[in-house]
Amino acid sequence: MFCKWIYTAGTAAALALAGSAQAETIAIINAHIVTPGPVGDVPEGTVLIEGDRIAAAGANVAVPASAHVIDAKGAPVTPGLIAVDTMLGLKEVSSVSGTTDNHTTSPGISAALDVQYGLNPDSTMIPIARLGGITRAVAMPDYDDSDKQRHLAFAGQAAMISLEEGPDILFKPRIGMVLEMGEHGAQRAGGSRAAEIIRLRMLFDALQHRKQRGKADTGGTGLSAADLEALRPVASGAMPLIVSVHSAPDIRQALKLARDYRLKIVLNGAEEAWRAAPEIASAHVPVMLTPPSNMPSSFELLGATLHNAAMLNKAGVEIAITGNDPTHSVRDMRFNAGIAVSRGLPYAAAIEAITLTPARMFGLDGQLGSIAPGKIADIVIWDGDPLEPLSGPTAIFVAGKVQPMTSRQRELRDRYLEPAP
Amino acid sequence: MPHGSSAHRFAKALRKVPGRVAIMTALLTVPFPASPALAGSSAKAGPGAEYGSYPSTYKPLPSRETAIVNASILTAAGALIEHGTIVMRQGRILAVGKDVPVPAGAVTIDGTGKWVTPGVIDAHSHLGVFPAPAVKGQVDLNENVAPNTAEVWAEHAIWPQDPNFDRVRAGGVTSMLILPGSSNLFGGRGVAIKNVPALTAQAMKFPGAPYDLKMACGENPKSRYGSRGRSPATRMGNVAGYRKAWIDAADYLRKWDAYNEKTARGEDAAPPKRDLALETLAGVLKGEILVQNHCYRADEMATMIDLSKEFGYRITAFHHATEAYKVAGLLAANGICVATWADHWGFKMEAYDAIEENAAILAKAGVCVVMHSDSAERAQRLNVQAAIALAAGRRAGIDIPKTEAVKWFTAYPARIMGVADRTGTLEPGKMADVVMWNHDPFSIYAIAEKVFIDGALVFDADDPATQHRSDFELGQPAGDL
Repeated sequence: MFCKWIYTAGTAAALALAGSAQAETIAIINAHIVTPGPVGDVPEGTVLIEGDRIAAAGANVAVPASAHVIDAKGAPVTPGLIAVDTMLGLKEVSSVSGTTDNHTTSPGISAALDVQYGLNPDSTMIPIARLGGITRAVAMPDYDDSDKQRHLAFAGQAAMISLEEGPDILFKPRIGMVLEMGEHGAQRAGGSRAAEIIRLRMLFDALQHRKQRGKADTGGTGLSAADLEALRPVASGAMPLIVSVHSAPDIRQALKLARDYRLKIVLNGAEEAWRAAPEIASAHVPVMLTPPSNMPSSFELLGATLHNAAMLNKAGVEIAITGNDPTHSVRDMRFNAGIAVSRGLPYAAAIEAITLTPARMFGLDGQLGSIAPGKIADIVIWDGDPLEPLSGPTAIFVAGKVQPMTSRQRELRDRYLEPAP
Repeated sequence: MPHGSSAHRFAKALRKVPGRVAIMTALLTVPFPASPALAGSSAKAGPGAEYGSYPSTYKPLPSRETAIVNASILTAAGALIEHGTIVMRQGRILAVGKDVPVPAGAVTIDGTGKWVTPGVIDAHSHLGVFPAPAVKGQVDLNENVAPNTAEVWAEHAIWPQDPNFDRVRAGGVTSMLILPGSSNLFGGRGVAIKNVPALTAQAMKFPGAPYDLKMACGENPKSRYGSRGRSPATRMGNVAGYRKAWIDAADYLRKWDAYNEKTARGEDAAPPKRDLALETLAGVLKGEILVQNHCYRADEMATMIDLSKEFGYRITAFHHATEAYKVAGLLAANGICVATWADHWGFKMEAYDAIEENAAILAKAGVCVVMHSDSAERAQRLNVQAAIALAAGRRAGIDIPKTEAVKWFTAYPARIMGVADRTGTLEPGKMADVVMWNHDPFSIYAIAEKVFIDGALVFDADDPATQHRSDFELGQPAGDL
């Protein structure tokens, strides 16, 4: 064999070797490449990583003699999964306020909240999510529901983070602005959806200088100068507004707001989106959703169904699939993609919904989300179908660097694997 | 048989556990009233499990004799039968096996490529008491005004129109244990139900099943009451609260025993005044009511075991029990089952050490493991919970066969609900609570295609006419199940 080393994915030796091979060339051979994009499904291919980038991928890729070779032995190799609607790096234990930086009650900081400054790269949640094959995540702020004032119109700005080991997990800050509409948004506007929308319209009127007479009226939102500054890219259509919304009527109001003010929006939650699928598709608005969310837990969720993802896909809506919560269960996102497949979502669409679509939603698909030459080398080798619970990752690369297959939970496991005598 | 050698190793591990036989005997010999007519008889003297209960009016739905043929059947009694047949007649399982004749006239379902398991059983549910929509006026989960509310009964609050009953039925759930919440040291009585569409809780009540007492350790009670300036404010206060209650219960039981002795001797005696809370606790001390104990931390489980020994009662199962893997040997030695999640963790400090291998490590130590839901969403896929836990075990070198892991959501929850002699496995004579899946149930793609309760087809994925929807969902924009 012409290669310097050959090792099999999943062995400790391989990881140790690859760990010392940072910024060198790695060839994953005999890979079943499963990716959205032009490379497509390659039953027996090679992924060549040079430094932090994918140099080549496909069936006929020459492996340089200097490459460290990993033999995937036919196992699926996918892009690293990209989680949306998470608080990874912003929260550690939900009930321990000292470990939660995902929201604020500070009156002067609403839209201005920028999660990049609250990220904790030492969160145990990061390696735990990574062991679910996740290499990037959208870290999003939310609202503090203990704040009975509920005066915050916007939760703040999201960031794309990297789930690599090390001190710097920020990939790109200020990728989106988080707004909750529907029942909870209405409560923040004094109890009526109508009031909330008037408030938002007054705000965007002011930001877009639509009203000429008098001082800009921000509609009693209590927004500070910093908040208004943070909202300018939203008002100009440069920054996506991530709108948490559930019922079909509320979705239609969000679409109308976006149309009237030419805002770029992403719907989040959107359990009843299937009821407005054609409108969402024609507005080219993407949707983040949680396929198992099928319970009529409130009056804005009466139409929630397991079939939402499949119906939206069929109507031509771009979807991204989340885990079961924004924190500890983010790793379940691949199972949620599988659940959507069980209800009719095509398999390739499910893979795209956890890789390329999340990247595209935030304009990062040039760098992330698929196995393609020139993209950042976020790669996962699996021991079976990545959507199946019985399968799991055997090797994970973030920006070309192999990641340790450990976590606090794995260390607990190893301590207690052999029962005390 | 796949995983044959590990199945053998596993069976051996179970046999080694001291006390294992004793538990099963204890559960099976609890004197259940055999018929709905007896369940709930209020004619008995003295405090006890059935005293004061409102009778089950459950009646099996009409069924036709049905056979599923050529399916992969996981019996949850140890076998995987490839190309097997199961026959249901008059609400019971008539036969299961490879060469079972299909009776003439039976509805025959082609099971080619399909899998069959016992009906899924969820031993930790709040459906009906924490229903959808969970809005003002609807939530009856915690009587959280006092740390000991052993006097309340979940069955008095179950809303049979909770639309989530229909959703979990579509996920294959045929029986459930409905428990009060965990705000209180003693949350009240839980009740086993069969997941049939019904207008009353009584019509769902599992005939002859024992009652359960919900107890809770740790953060929930101490933070609920400590934050209101009353005991318990600490885990010390929790334990003091349990002990005080058991002392009162023992005293109550003595008074009734004395009364019963007197009347047995023909002496005149005034009965003690009934006390609903003590009646339930006394039912536990008499071994008639099963203790379902919410408890996360390993050290607290050990303390609860000591507490149970101090007052002479049994803990049937620790629920959630995310640190159970740290004391697997202790739980095995005491014959206590663990009802847990596969991978739910980190929402509070006492759940910070949860690991996905909890179930596998416990199973290896011979503890009976139950995948529970505690949520209407998870309850729809307890099979997936089992798959996640099974996979974690395999990665750690604990290769539990599917023939064993299937028991985590069928036979073992039946055991901790005290109904293992009637349901939870596919064996002749048992209730025909059966699910036919379109895939291996340990696959994410598995859908419960046909669900039978007591032999009646209660859900067919291909026939909307069989898919019951709650009154609440009529005229609402409900989507497909």
